[in-house]
Formats: sequence, C-alpha cells, structure tokens
Amino acid sequence: MSKTRIILDFQADSTEKPITCQLVRDYGLSVNILRAKIEPDQAGRLLMEVEAPRDALEKALDFLAEEGIGVRFMEKELRVDKEACVNCGACTAVCGSGALVIGAPEWELVFNAERCVACELCVEACPVRVISVNF
Amino acid sequence: MGERYRTYQEVNERIRERKAVVLTAEEYLSLVDEKGVSAAAERVDVVTTGTFAPMCSSGAFVNFGHSDPPIKMTRVSLNDVPAYAGLAAVDAYIGATEVSESRGLEYGGAHVIEDLVARRPVHLKATAYGTDCYPRREFEGDLYLDDLNQAFLFNPRNCYQNYAAATNSSNRTIYTYMGILLPRCGNVTYSTSGQLSPLFKDPLYRTVGIGTRVFLGGGQGYVAWEGTQHNPGQARDDAGVPLGPSGTLSLIGDLKGMNTGFLRACVFEAYGVSLFVGIGVAVPVLDSDLASSLAIRDHQIFTSVFDYSVPSRSRPALRRVSYAELRSGRVELEGKTVRTAPLSSYHKARQITGALKDWILQGRFFLSEPVANLPLEGTVKALDPKEVS
Ligand code: SF4
Ligand code: SF4
Repeated sequence: MSKTRIILDFQADSTEKPITCQLVRDYGLSVNILRAKIEPDQAGRLLMEVEAPRDALEKALDFLAEEGIGVRFMEKELRVDKEACVNCGACTAVCGSGALVIGAPEWELVFNAERCVACELCVEACPVRVISVNF
Repeated sequence: MGERYRTYQEVNERIRERKAVVLTAEEYLSLVDEKGVSAAAERVDVVTTGTFAPMCSSGAFVNFGHSDPPIKMTRVSLNDVPAYAGLAAVDAYIGATEVSESRGLEYGGAHVIEDLVARRPVHLKATAYGTDCYPRREFEGDLYLDDLNQAFLFNPRNCYQNYAAATNSSNRTIYTYMGILLPRCGNVTYSTSGQLSPLFKDPLYRTVGIGTRVFLGGGQGYVAWEGTQHNPGQARDDAGVPLGPSGTLSLIGDLKGMNTGFLRACVFEAYGVSLFVGIGVAVPVLDSDLASSLAIRDHQIFTSVFDYSVPSRSRPALRRVSYAELRSGRVELEGKTVRTAPLSSYHKARQITGALKDWILQGRFFLSEPVANLPLEGTVKALDPKEVS
C-alpha cells in the first residue's frame, strides 16, 4: 500500500460520471479528495490522495485512461526554488495544510510535499516569485 | 548613559589593530544570559544588528552620461518602468514601487534595480523636447550598471523601528502590503526582525544618526537623514522601546557595491512592487545604557495586531502582542488560535549580522559617530486638506 497524490483532468463530457465512486467501489482505492474544481458541462480538475496496492492502482489508472481522463502524479508539481528563496516566510501565512513552515532555530523555509494540497495560494503569496506549480 | 566603557575612537583603534571584540546581536544575548549585562559590556566592543524586509520607500539615482549629440532627457524609462527625469539632463530617479508599462504589477522599479545590481542589461528609452545645447530628441539602448557614472540607492524611508502586525476580520481574503490576509482572522503577519533589528537595539538613536555608516544591500552605505514619517513620539515602554511604528532612516549607498543576496525585488499580490532591503547597523557598546538596550529580546518587544480589513488610517487594534509570541507561530486572537507568519527574513537578518561582524573583524568596516542626531521628538502628521480662504 502506498499513498499517492494524483491530479485528474476531466473533459467536459466526463464530469457527470461518478468516477470517484467507481474508483472506490470497483478498484478498491481509498480516496481522499483534497481539492476539486468541477463545474457541470465544463472541464474539471480533481486532486486526490489515493491509497491502494500497486496492482489495484495500476488497474484504476488503466480505467481512467479508457475514460479519457488525464492523470498526473502530484509529487513533482509544486516547486520551491530554494536557491532563490529569501526565507521571508510570507508563503507560510497562507499555507493552512502546514506544508510550508518556517521557524526557530533555523528560520529557513521547510517544504513538506506530502502535506501540500495544491491550493496554490503560496504561489501568489511568495513576494519573490520562487514557488511554481504545474497543475 | 550610566557607566562609560569606551569611545568611538577606542573602538576604531581596536578594529584597526584587529583586536575588537565583535558579537552579533544573538551572540551578545547568549553572552548576557551567561555572564550578565555588565560583564558583557566590559568585554564586547561592538554588537551587530540586521534586518531584511520589504521596504517600499526605496529607489535609486542614476546618471547615464552624455550621448553625442547630447540629450536633455525629459521622459525616461528603464525596462519600460518610468523613471523620474525632472532633474538635470541625464540624471533620473527610479522608484522601487513604480510599475512597468507593459508587464504591470509583476515588474517594477525594484526589479530594474535588482537587474542592474545583478549586472543584467537594462533597456533605456529617453525622449526630449530638444534645445540648442541638447538637440537630440530620442535615445534608446541597453546598458549595464557599470556603464553608469553614478548609481546610488537613496531610500527615503527604511528600517522602521517596530511595525504593526496585520490580520483581517472580514469575510473575504484581502491582498495587502502585509501579504495575503485570510478571512475571519485566518492569519497574522508581521514584519520586523525583532531582537536583531537595528532600531530596537538602540531605541533612542544614540549611535544611529546622520552619517552613520551601515551595511546596505550587501555593500556599505550611510544614514542620510531621518526617514520620512519618522515618528519618535510614538508611545514607548520603560526601556524606551516604541510600542508601534516609530523611528525610520533615510539611507544612501553605492549600488555598484551591492548584491542580490541582500537587495531583492518583490511583488505583493494585487498590491504592487516593493524592494527587500538588507540593512545592518554596528552598535558600539559605549556605556551601560547601550549595553542594556542591546540586551532587549523578543519577549520584551511589543506591537499591536491591526485589522487591515478596515480601510481607514486609524484601523482598530485587536490586541497587543510580543515578538516572542509572534515568532512562536501562533497567537490567541478573538478567542481562537491563529497562525502567524513573518514577512521579513530572520534568516537573512542573521546573515547580515554575521557579515557585518566579519567586515569589522577584517578591518573593512569602521564605526562612524553620528554627525548629527535624529530627532527624538515629533510625531507623524496626517493628510487633511486645509480650508483655504
Ligand atoms: S499549494 Fe497550498 S498547501 Fe501546497 S504548499 Fe502552497 S499553500 Fe501550502
Ligand atoms: S515566500 Fe517565497 S521567498 Fe519567502 S520563504 Fe516562501 S518561498 Fe521563500
């Protein structure tokens, strides 16, 4: 079992389908939706954390591909350019999930990727523009 | 003043002989913990302080040199950011918060300054009305910092002695110079380096005055004047530490000696452009009063949390809070625990105190006694148009 964050990109015609429900029921995935941006009749995007045995996850990914749903793994999506970061901490003001933290004794920014829910608030909160998300 | 320990002349003599004892503000606090203030005062010649924060009231004077045929520039832009050219023929002032005519809020005067300091090319466009002595009407071309005759930072207001902390009680997210403030008091931001910050360590400006040599943007600069909105009349505690925004400095320094490690352009979303400025002040331990004020630490320094959702000059203060509490990452506010976040970099401030210490130890930085002191009285006036009869 491993936890993975995936981003699903829906075309307008598949936003009506109960995809999440199928992933849970038919593929035995344990799903935690972190963020959703779906409007009926429009393209949508879903960020979820899934937990499943590797083979179940692979089958689920095949199923999503058949349904025409784009799947991307979240891991590498949010990037903090540590070289350019000035360790001001402005980004931590908006990070409710605790993925970005700064504090004593080092006062250097720490990014815990596994806690990130890709809300993207930090991207615009960073005054030197060193955080980017490819979402 | 209390007991006297040393003079500027003695301190500089010891620096020259490489014998000066120099500690960073944090090292000094540790020594005071260990040995007490008077033992620390006897031993330490200089304590270095520092801050690195967005300081909007910044900018640079530049002199381009004369073209042939010459031009008396009236409209000037650098990378499409307008600069003020209402000066002599080829002088201009580029303000940090001026925004680009083509890229909007994402690029401004601060970025031009950073580009220059990084030795990246900057595109100059100038137009003129043409005179007999300056016939040319247009000039356009790329230039580098080292092509300019002079380029010096001249910041009307830096290094605020204390500042407000910010929150937002409204139901919507607001975008401010204090960062993004989440609804229903979802966060609190603050912007000083507290116990490292220069004007907390010499709260009555005894060693920081006109002519004081400082660390500025990675190079050396000077205090030119009191800063704009200098507000020494702010309420103070028994140690003289102001309880809200108070003294400010106007600083000047050669851009050619600075670097982007300590001078960085920044953007506050939906607010505008600003400039992170790194400043360090070396405070000589002249007497026991300075030895005590240098020992002030975060739990003794207070500010107030203001509600930035109220768009008024007199925003309501929700509570008073110490920098130790703000630095802990959480404060109690309106009955709940709220996350706090700094906007000024404690990490960089610490680097500045270290760099300045090294300069002094290497005999590359000498202390200068103020030529004149900053005002210790006076408050800030508001803008209320007068009735003209
Ligand atoms: S995207 Fe959101 S959750 Fe992730 S680090 Fe940024 S603010 Fe935190
Ligand atoms: S806001 Fe940007 S520069 Fe500041 S700590 Fe966060 S990532 Fe670094």
